[in-house]
Amino acid sequence: MNENEAAVRPASRKEKRPTARKDMTKIGWTLHEMRRGKMGYFLVAPFMILFFIFTVLPVLLSIFFSFTIFNMLEPPEWIFLDNYISLFLDDDIFLIAVKNTLIFASITGPGSYLLSLLFAWFINELTPKLRSVMTLFFYAPSISGGAYMIWQLMFTTDQHGIVNGLLMKAGVISQPIAFFQNPDYIFPLIIVIALWTSLGTSFLVFIAGFQTVNRDLYEAAAIDGIRNRWQELWYVTLPMMKPQMMFGAIMAITGSFGFGGIITALVGFPSPDYCAHTIMHHLSDYGGTRMEMGYASAIAVILFFMMIGANLLVRKLLDKVGK
Amino acid sequence: MAKERVSKLRIRKSNHALNRSAAGDFGINLMLLIFAAFMVIPLIYSIMQAFKPLNELFLYPPRFFVVSPTLKNFKDLFRLMGTSWVPFSRYIFNTAFIAIVGTFGNVMLSSLAAYSLAKLKYPGRKFLFNMIVYSLMFNSTVTGICNFLTISWLGLVDTYFAIIIPAWCSTTGLYLMKQFMESSVPDEVLESARLDGASEARVLWTIAMPMVKPAWLTLIIFSFQGLWGTGASIYIYSEQLKSFSYAMGQVLAGGIARSGAGAASGVIMMIVPILVFVVSQSNIIETMSTSGLKG
Repeated sequence: MNENEAAVRPASRKEKRPTARKDMTKIGWTLHEMRRGKMGYFLVAPFMILFFIFTVLPVLLSIFFSFTIFNMLEPPEWIFLDNYISLFLDDDIFLIAVKNTLIFASITGPGSYLLSLLFAWFINELTPKLRSVMTLFFYAPSISGGAYMIWQLMFTTDQHGIVNGLLMKAGVISQPIAFFQNPDYIFPLIIVIALWTSLGTSFLVFIAGFQTVNRDLYEAAAIDGIRNRWQELWYVTLPMMKPQMMFGAIMAITGSFGFGGIITALVGFPSPDYCAHTIMHHLSDYGGTRMEMGYASAIAVILFFMMIGANLLVRKLLDKVGK
Repeated sequence: MAKERVSKLRIRKSNHALNRSAAGDFGINLMLLIFAAFMVIPLIYSIMQAFKPLNELFLYPPRFFVVSPTLKNFKDLFRLMGTSWVPFSRYIFNTAFIAIVGTFGNVMLSSLAAYSLAKLKYPGRKFLFNMIVYSLMFNSTVTGICNFLTISWLGLVDTYFAIIIPAWCSTTGLYLMKQFMESSVPDEVLESARLDGASEARVLWTIAMPMVKPAWLTLIIFSFQGLWGTGASIYIYSEQLKSFSYAMGQVLAGGIARSGAGAASGVIMMIVPILVFVVSQSNIIETMSTSGLKG
C-alpha cells in the first residue's frame, strides 16, 4: 500500500522537476528516494509500528470479525452479512441505540462546536488577564476528572439534593423528583451535562485561532464596508480560521460520539427503558459482557463508519464558511 | 473619499473598537457571564460540599455555601485511605508510574515521528500523515474490542503496560506536534546545521526540539491529564495494580456515610489537572495556534 502510493507521487511531478530521475524508471526512482530518506523511516517507525498494532490492525480486524461468529475460544466462523442483518432486523435495542446516538450526537456535536466557537470569540475581546481566567472557567469542566459526578449530587432523589430541596422550598414541587431514574428527565439532563464537559480541545483550538488572526485585516475590512461584528466574524475572521475550524470539528465530532462512559456513570447500565442507551453501550454489552466478538465487531464497524461519515460531511459544510 | 473614511476610522477607534456597538458589547458580556456561571457553579458546589460538616451536607432546605467550613472530610478520607486493604500509597504509585512512563514514551515517540513527518522528505510520508488524520476521526471505542485481543496475545493483561503502551501511540499529540514543528521550525536553520556536519539526531535534539518547547509541554500535559484520570480498566484486575482514580471512586461508592469523604476525594481528583492547566495555559494556547488542518 505504502509503496504503491509512493510510486505514483513522483511521477505526477515529473514535468516540474526534470532531474536525474529521467534516466530511471518510476520504481527505481522511488527506491532511490526511499534509500535517501531512510532516516525518516527510522524515526517514524517506532510510533508507526505501535499505531499499526493498536489502531490500524484493530479496525481491519473488526471489519473481518464482523462477518463471523467469534467467541474468542473457538476459531471464527464465517457467516458473511448475518451479523448486520440481525442487527438491523432482529435487534430492537440496537435500533434504539442508533436513534439515541444520532439524536445525542446531532445535538451535542454541533452544540459543543458552536458554544466553543462563540465563547472563544467572546473571550477573545477581553483583556489578556480576564481572557485567561475565562478560558480556565470554560475549559475546567472538561479536564476535571470525574467532576461531572457532582451533577448527580445536585440532582439527588431526596430533598437534600440542592435542586430538589430548593424547588420544594419554593413550592414548585411537593415531592422530590427522581431525576436520574425518570426517562423524561434523563435525556435532557445528559445532554446538558455532556455540553458542560464538552468545551475541550476544540475550545482551546479556537481560543488560539482567534489570537492568530492578523489585526490589520479588520481595519481593511472596515474600509471595505464591513459594518458590524457579525459580518466581521463571518467574512473576515472565520475564513482566516478555517484550518482551526477543521481540526476543532474533528475533535467535537469524535467527542460527541464518545459520551457513553459519562452516561453509564450517571444513570447506570442499562438505563431505565434504554432511554439513554447508545451504540457504545450496545458495543460494550456484546463485546465486554457477552463475549460475542463477531456481533460486537459489526456494531463497532457501523460506529466507525458513522464517525468517519460525519467528519467528511462536516468538512464539506465547512467549505461554505465565509461565502 | 477613501482618505476621509480612514480618518473617520481613526477617530472612532480612539474611543471605541472597530465595528463594535455598546449594546452588542453589553449583550455579549452578559451572555458570557451567564454561561461562565453555568460552567463554574457545579465546580464551586463540589468544593463547597467537600468543606461542609455532616449536618450541613444533610440540611433542609439545602444551602449552596458552606457556613462553618471544616477539614473533617479530608481527614476522614485520609483515615479511610489508611484502612484500605491495599496501602493507599500503592494506588498513588500506580497512577504516577502509569502517568510518567506513559507520558514520557508518548512525547518521545511523537517527537521523533513528528520531526520525520514534518521535516524529512521520503516517499509515503503524506500517506502516513493522512492515516494519522483519519485516526483522529474515530475514538477508541471502535478499536477497543480488538485491542483486548491484541493485549491478551501480547501477554500484557494485568500489567501496567496494558495501559501504558497504547498511550504511547496516541495520535492527537503527534498531530499537534507535527503541525507546530512544520510552522515554527524553519527549514533553513536545519539545513545549515546539516551543512555544518550535524547528524540528523543532533539536529533534532539540539535545534528542533528546543524550538518546539510549547508543543512538547502541551503533549506532556494532555498525556498526563489523560492518564491521571485512568479509572477501572478491563485489563487490570489485581487490586494492587489499580489506579488512584479507581480507589477514589470506591470511596465515593461507599454510600451516604461517606458523602463527606467522597466530596473531598472529588476535589482532590479535579484540582490536580486544573492546577496543571493554570501553570501551562500560555504554552498550550501557543501550540493550539498552529493546530489547523488544511483542506
